[in-house]
Amino acid sequence: MTEILGVPVAVILGQLMLGLVNGSFYALLSLGLAVIFGLMGVVNFAHGAFYALGAFAALLGLQWLGINYWAALVLAPLAVGVVGVVCERLLLRRLRGLDPLYGLLLTFGLALVIEGCLQERFGASGQTYPVPAALEGAFNLGFMILPVYRGWVIVVSIAVCFSTWFIIERTRLGATLRAATENAPLLQAFGVNVPLIVALTYGGGVALAALAGVLSAPIILVSAHMGSSLVIVVFAVVVIGGMGSILGSIVSGLMLGVVEGFTKVLYPEASNVVIFVVMALVLILRPAGLFGKE
Amino acid sequence: MKPGMLALGILAALAAGVHPQAAAAADQIVIGDIDDFSGVYADVAGSGAVEAVKMAIEDFGGSVLGRKIVLLSADHQNKPDIGASKFREWADQNGLNVLLGGSNTGVSIAMAKVAAAKQIPFFAIGAGGASLTNEDCTAYSVHYAYDTTALANGTATTIVKNGGKTWFYLTADYAFGTQLQTAASKVVESNGGRNIGAVRVPLGASDFSSFLLQAQGSGAQVLGLANAGTDFSNSLKAANEFGITHKMKPAALLAFLTDIHSLGLQTAQGLYLTTGWYWDLNEQTRSFGKRYFAKMKRMPTMDQSGYYSATLTYLKAVKATGTTDSAKVMAELKKMKINDIFTQNGYIRADGVMIHDMFVMQVKSPKESKYPWDYYRLVKQMPGEEAFGPITGLCPLARK
Repeated sequence: MTEILGVPVAVILGQLMLGLVNGSFYALLSLGLAVIFGLMGVVNFAHGAFYALGAFAALLGLQWLGINYWAALVLAPLAVGVVGVVCERLLLRRLRGLDPLYGLLLTFGLALVIEGCLQERFGASGQTYPVPAALEGAFNLGFMILPVYRGWVIVVSIAVCFSTWFIIERTRLGATLRAATENAPLLQAFGVNVPLIVALTYGGGVALAALAGVLSAPIILVSAHMGSSLVIVVFAVVVIGGMGSILGSIVSGLMLGVVEGFTKVLYPEASNVVIFVVMALVLILRPAGLFGKE
Repeated sequence: MKPGMLALGILAALAAGVHPQAAAAADQIVIGDIDDFSGVYADVAGSGAVEAVKMAIEDFGGSVLGRKIVLLSADHQNKPDIGASKFREWADQNGLNVLLGGSNTGVSIAMAKVAAAKQIPFFAIGAGGASLTNEDCTAYSVHYAYDTTALANGTATTIVKNGGKTWFYLTADYAFGTQLQTAASKVVESNGGRNIGAVRVPLGASDFSSFLLQAQGSGAQVLGLANAGTDFSNSLKAANEFGITHKMKPAALLAFLTDIHSLGLQTAQGLYLTTGWYWDLNEQTRSFGKRYFAKMKRMPTMDQSGYYSATLTYLKAVKATGTTDSAKVMAELKKMKINDIFTQNGYIRADGVMIHDMFVMQVKSPKESKYPWDYYRLVKQMPGEEAFGPITGLCPLARK
């Protein structure tokens, strides 16, 4: 078998594929963070908790109401998005205009409360969400066996990421959103309800996290802390992509998933730090991030 | 009021507050429990263990030597410094008589040092690391329920004897995981098997598939999972998803009943594991399991029933010696036989290990499981001496 750097090509292709799967999650999560930071200037530390909340919404929807996976894919992000809007209107709105540190502390507290409540009610050891019947089984790609569900994750995530990018960067709605960041009073003078737009933005960003939660529910155990270690990695992804850059977060999310995948083969012990090493390098060479504006 | 008066008032209030407590300590027996109540191991012992201790106190009659038994509990948050300082605080201010410590080897090692310094008996229940009764042993430590040596002896021996000769490990990259892998590797080799390799996985990894493909690439027959809690569950789940369990036999080097419950039998079926206790072993264990279930709505893990047994054992030793003097109680603990719902003829060896039978189990298939929580089929009951192995000599209290 052909080898590159002593690693068989089949293994490299396999890890590339798995890296893309993990990168899809990073992209989806960092996209939500980038939207919230880019349009509101809030560093949303509650993102991991909303991710867990999305997974729980799908799980409980199935157990209590019999809502299937396909419906949950739409309903769970919507429900969590509403929770996000409520949080924005009741809490975050009061911090507008203050130092971003306050928003960070508030959302961090919010994360502790959400995760604490989930653990109190559902325990620490997690629950299983079944893979939907239509996505069971696996593709044989020759170099590896890829479960159909993982392939599905890549497709959904990339589709959602690029539609979000298109809406924000290329449509009139997106232009209004961006105008709300640039000059809110002026936009308000045109008769646009800016506070509502801001609340919906937060709800939208949070709904993206919830969607990632629903997507990951059949892969990992649904538990209160499923997002707490992930969110730190995702913050690094956002910093690498350039704080608030939509395209940056998508591309760097996918790319870092792949980088991490290769590290898992070459030096597994370093796989949880490699992203932070990349972050440090990027910050030294390009402090605004790969896609950020100086 | 003048500031001086105010200060005096505060002092008086403080003195009044302190005095009755100090007096109360003398007519109480204070049991402390420091465990993970909020993190990844909270379901393994946690609040369920507190309930088990309460049941033990109730069964004992609520008092011993005419003194009321009280229970304190605190969350160590998986941080050794928090566990150790809470232990010290209780020892200095609350008249603590005995400490029960739950999950996490790192925290338990830190607390064992405090036990030695404060001369207070310490029961480690739920921490896996066998170093607690070897390099890190103290005259006041007792290791209950299970340890890494017993887990490896149970699971690895059984699998090698059933034909699983070549092993690849997925190891949690910290003290517990490496101790477990080392113990299992030794057992595999001494039984004529071969260790092909291992991959060290960072604790709490979000995805295990890359590591699993490496394990599959090794061509080994057995996938040794030297991890615990959600890491264990998520790695086994991914191994199923990628079809790795068709070619490799997964071996859980540490799995709790709660893990199997989370995974479901569809995913966990066929898995070999070793446990110190199971609720469905005999009439006694079943009746305890049902009593506990009535309160907690789930069956107890081996740690939770271990907590029950450890509490009773300590109280019996106090009753037998007629004192709470630590040295005398420790001497009695190492002399007495332990017979209760947890074990028959268990005893605490000079190095502090509670020697008792261990059970090698295989997880049932959904078809074999007849009623709720019917998860394990008994493969082998291992005598305590065989499971925990001979005295190593690493603990100065017990020479080879």
